[in-house]
Amino acid sequence: MATETAPNAPASRAAIGARHLRTDRWWLAPAATALALLTFIGYASWRAFSDADYYAAPYVSPFYSPCLAEACEPMRGGPNWALVGEWWPLSPALVILVFPLGFRMTCYYYRKAYYRSFWASPPACGVAEPHRSYSGERRFPLILNNAHRYFFYASAVIACVLTYDTVLGFRDEEYAWGHMGVGTLLFLVNIVLVWAYTLSCHSCRHAMGGRLRNFSRHPVRYRLWTWVSRLTGRHMALAWASLISLGLCDLYVYLLATDVISDPRLF
Amino acid sequence: MSNVARQTWDVVVVGAGGAGLRAAIEAREQGLRTAVICKSLFGKAHTVMAEGGIAASMGNVNARDDWRTHFRDTLRGGKFLNHWRMAELHAREAPDRVWELETWGALFDRTRDGRISQRNFGGHEYPRLAHVGDRTGLELIRTLQQRVVALQQEDFRESGDHEARLRIFQECTVTRVLTEGGVPGGRVAGVFGYARESGTFLVLDAPAVVLATGGIGKSFKVTSNSWEYTGDGHALALLAGAPLVNMEFVQFHPTGMVWPPSVKGILVTESVRGDGGVLRNSAGRRFMFDYVPEVFRAQYAADEAEADGWYEDPEHHRRPPELLPRDEVARAINAEVKAGRGSPHGGVFLDVSTRLPAAEIERRLPSMHHQFKQLADVDITREPMEVGPTCHYVMGGVDVDPDTAAATGVPGLFAAGEVAGGMHGSNRLGGNSLSDLLVFGRRAGLHAALHAGGLAPARRPRAGDAQVAAAEAEALRPFGGAEQAGGGAEPENPYTIHTELQRTMNDLVGIIRRDAEMAEALERLAALRARAERVAVEGHRQYNPGWHLALDLRNMLLVSECVALAARERTESRGGHTRDDHPAMDPAWRRVNLLCALPEPAAGVRLTRRGLPAMRADLLDLFEREELAKYLTEEELT
Amino acid sequence: MSDSTDDPTGGPTDDPRAEATADGGTGAGAGPPRRARLRIWRGDGPSGRLTDYTVDAHEGEVVLDLIHRVQATLAPDLAVRWNCKAGKCGSCSAEINGRPRLLCMTRMSLFAPDEVLTVTPMRTFPVIRDLVTDVGFNYAKAREIPAFVPPRGLGPGEYRMSQEDVARSQEFRKCIECFLCQDVCHVVRDHEENKESFAGPRFLMRAAELDTHPLDAAGERGLDRARDAQKEHGLGFCNITKCCTEVCPESIRITDNALIPLKERAVDRAYDPLVWLGSRIRRRRRDD
Repeated sequence: MATETAPNAPASRAAIGARHLRTDRWWLAPAATALALLTFIGYASWRAFSDADYYAAPYVSPFYSPCLAEACEPMRGGPNWALVGEWWPLSPALVILVFPLGFRMTCYYYRKAYYRSFWASPPACGVAEPHRSYSGERRFPLILNNAHRYFFYASAVIACVLTYDTVLGFRDEEYAWGHMGVGTLLFLVNIVLVWAYTLSCHSCRHAMGGRLRNFSRHPVRYRLWTWVSRLTGRHMALAWASLISLGLCDLYVYLLATDVISDPRLF
Repeated sequence: MSNVARQTWDVVVVGAGGAGLRAAIEAREQGLRTAVICKSLFGKAHTVMAEGGIAASMGNVNARDDWRTHFRDTLRGGKFLNHWRMAELHAREAPDRVWELETWGALFDRTRDGRISQRNFGGHEYPRLAHVGDRTGLELIRTLQQRVVALQQEDFRESGDHEARLRIFQECTVTRVLTEGGVPGGRVAGVFGYARESGTFLVLDAPAVVLATGGIGKSFKVTSNSWEYTGDGHALALLAGAPLVNMEFVQFHPTGMVWPPSVKGILVTESVRGDGGVLRNSAGRRFMFDYVPEVFRAQYAADEAEADGWYEDPEHHRRPPELLPRDEVARAINAEVKAGRGSPHGGVFLDVSTRLPAAEIERRLPSMHHQFKQLADVDITREPMEVGPTCHYVMGGVDVDPDTAAATGVPGLFAAGEVAGGMHGSNRLGGNSLSDLLVFGRRAGLHAALHAGGLAPARRPRAGDAQVAAAEAEALRPFGGAEQAGGGAEPENPYTIHTELQRTMNDLVGIIRRDAEMAEALERLAALRARAERVAVEGHRQYNPGWHLALDLRNMLLVSECVALAARERTESRGGHTRDDHPAMDPAWRRVNLLCALPEPAAGVRLTRRGLPAMRADLLDLFEREELAKYLTEEELT
Repeated sequence: MSDSTDDPTGGPTDDPRAEATADGGTGAGAGPPRRARLRIWRGDGPSGRLTDYTVDAHEGEVVLDLIHRVQATLAPDLAVRWNCKAGKCGSCSAEINGRPRLLCMTRMSLFAPDEVLTVTPMRTFPVIRDLVTDVGFNYAKAREIPAFVPPRGLGPGEYRMSQEDVARSQEFRKCIECFLCQDVCHVVRDHEENKESFAGPRFLMRAAELDTHPLDAAGERGLDRARDAQKEHGLGFCNITKCCTEVCPESIRITDNALIPLKERAVDRAYDPLVWLGSRIRRRRRDD
């Protein structure tokens, strides 16, 4: 077609030396993303490895929930179930954090975020990446990103536990029901964001109805798909909002557990 | 000669819009080796600009619709000047052509019961336009393009070559149809053209050529047409010895954008009005009620209440006058602006924002929403658009046989789509052009295939070297323009001539015409033609836009002359031809077609009259006598 | 050929100054022009270079208007591909200040008055001349995606599909094939060698479109579009960094609505034992 009518030797690309010709501050977004992610990773690692100050009745840090090791702090009503025995030498957070971590690592939004900001592949649209070759998500380890849906299933279970935690938050420090503190509010906001993020997952959208060819034959699933699709449009915003709310909940518990602050009771 | 690539094909289609691709698909399906030549990239043809829909009386929304109703509407729209046989074939075959698209993967908007949805449009009695939002043309072209690819994939499986039997020569321009012996009226022998990107010449030898090059809008200053619309097919036919018919009828679409200047003329789809948009002047008045002509009084609402009722309950209300045929609406807008009741930028207001909820507007008119937002900073869900008439379509074109699409007088030459004349009479209804492309594109492809297939290889005409050399010399002339001009005359800039041509046609042979102005236009055109002989271009042949324009000028000038000559001759007003000095429609003129021909290329275009064939009795019976009386002469009625 | 920019020739497009007078005082208002500076790629791929031009810019104009003015007044042989000038045909794709855009839909008001606009051809494709590139890559890829397969037993006019079933594919059919997504995608933009095995966002989206077409009978012919997307068309190259979505002039959500769902469908085939098992059983039952 087009090429066949050209008489000359095969044409080549424009020999523009610069890696890009963008004049805007294209580096700002990836830099900000990298900074924010690194901050969170730093904070979360410290907290997850510390194995301390994660419970302040009635609140449990979401990093340690459910707490599945025998070494967990006692919590009345849960969520500590000693599925893992004394042999586990490390922080109990690490047992469970694998799942939300995996969920976010394989998330279609976070993938974009870290490919762009950490791996510069590409750093921004129209800006050349520095790597000599590129194979995408076709080889190990990146091919593992295809396991996203399993992490979604696991994270949905964990979100249920976090919901349970939030309900437990309607107690006071003496475990009496019918009370609410600022922490309860914080946990409520957090659980809404966590669910919104979890349900806005592209794998969830696929499971709800995306895999169907004919919506008209599955009206209920179509309704669910439509609803999830609306959330999926905000996946990035929800990813950040829920990340921040998780961090804040943990920080709040830490501050309570270390007696830096006390939980203001609403009633 | 050595630098002209020469290939042999069975059928060559010039143009890859709706008609061209449909013709090519048909010819290939008939088993013939088919080549398509187009000026743009494959899939970019002007058909993508069509917004409203494809008119076909499938009766999906209103079961009472049938081909007879469609036929009636088409003739009313064309003020009975249509070639009745074309209108009949068109109305009968359009539904099949639309359904066929679905089997090639087209996805039209649907009705509740899963059929193809149909929308209302100006001049159509029932909802009739199959559509996809307001990007129907894109869907059409993409479907045909993908059908071509599907056929190529089939050929690849069989022969290992995608292009064995169907090939697209994209970004190539045809400058001559070659004929046997190089004489006008000789049997078709192929085409001569050049590849835009390299400037190299090519000859495709073929006994059948289908012209599907679209229209002529680029001869006018304010137009909705793309740069490709330089009347190539019209001119190629003239030069090959085939006459053009009805060239005086040029449709000005009532609603083009008027601001900002750089987009002036870009189309605002009629669907805006079909879906409830209304026209207002600067005083806020829905002025269309003042412009319902006598012949349409019975079908159109007399007041706002009745008109508004029609959108919900068309059974018991007459149609809003915004949905009158395009010529009526364009004239009305023109009159309002002239009377000083126009919008700030010289148009009128088209408002859909107060008629539909914002979400509904975005769903039904997405590309209009996008277009105004992006190009004019206007949010059509909140504020009215400013619109005015824009040159949109030429009803006239190559005179063809209705059944075979064969051009008159040149064996082996066929024409379909906008480049063919007769089908739409004096004015085309919205939606009828996409269906026209499909119906007559297929017919042209079929009959071109039959023509080519019926010739034994040895009996095929072949263009001699002298003819090819002459075509080559003609194409290269602009590079030596200055020397050839001789006599010390200054070389001319093609862009300047083009601008002057556009202004001449727009101002003097535009929407409202007068004898003296057209006489002046003809004088100016003659002068421009003389100057065009001296056009000179710089640089090389590789993708040189100045050179391309210089070659297109020949076509635009020829076609413009036909338009001006025919328009001056027809002393009545009808459809897309409005004479200030002859404002009435004259039944005597209805029986006359004006034909433009080029018997002696040097002597210029000549005009002849021909009687319009009388309509078959059973078709005539589809109309009430009272209605016919408005159009036909006493003699015809008895 | 006059070099003076006062020459009111508008080139292939309408010149606004001519407009204001020729319209007989209808008030087609364009304010006084300002001077705009452009740096345009001239020449072929290896030996071309950026050349500076200064032309008038009027209110409401787009970059293509300025390119045309350069063509009509300063460089009559400047090659640029364009067609509809209304964002509907996707011909005038190029890069402005390093960002892939349609020249006809990029308004001058987007830029600061003193900004120099660098206009270059699409970087991913070979340059024919100036701003015109050879986009043959895309036409070759188009042929690699198997066409729509009509269902057996349904004739023309018998197709019944509900609006909610066609809506997903309809979004993808809004594509005007400007190939900006193909241009911006780093998989081929930065790695010429991947062109052979990667169809690009446009054509992966085509696969997604057909895979969600409610009546496509590819399965009956033994075609599995999602699996082929992964195996044949290089879906695995995509790392969903969304540049295709960012540059799409039709605002098609290519990544969210086409590529990710296609990846999920491919996972169904290749990596999800439950779905794989389920479909196996169902297929066996159908075969019985």
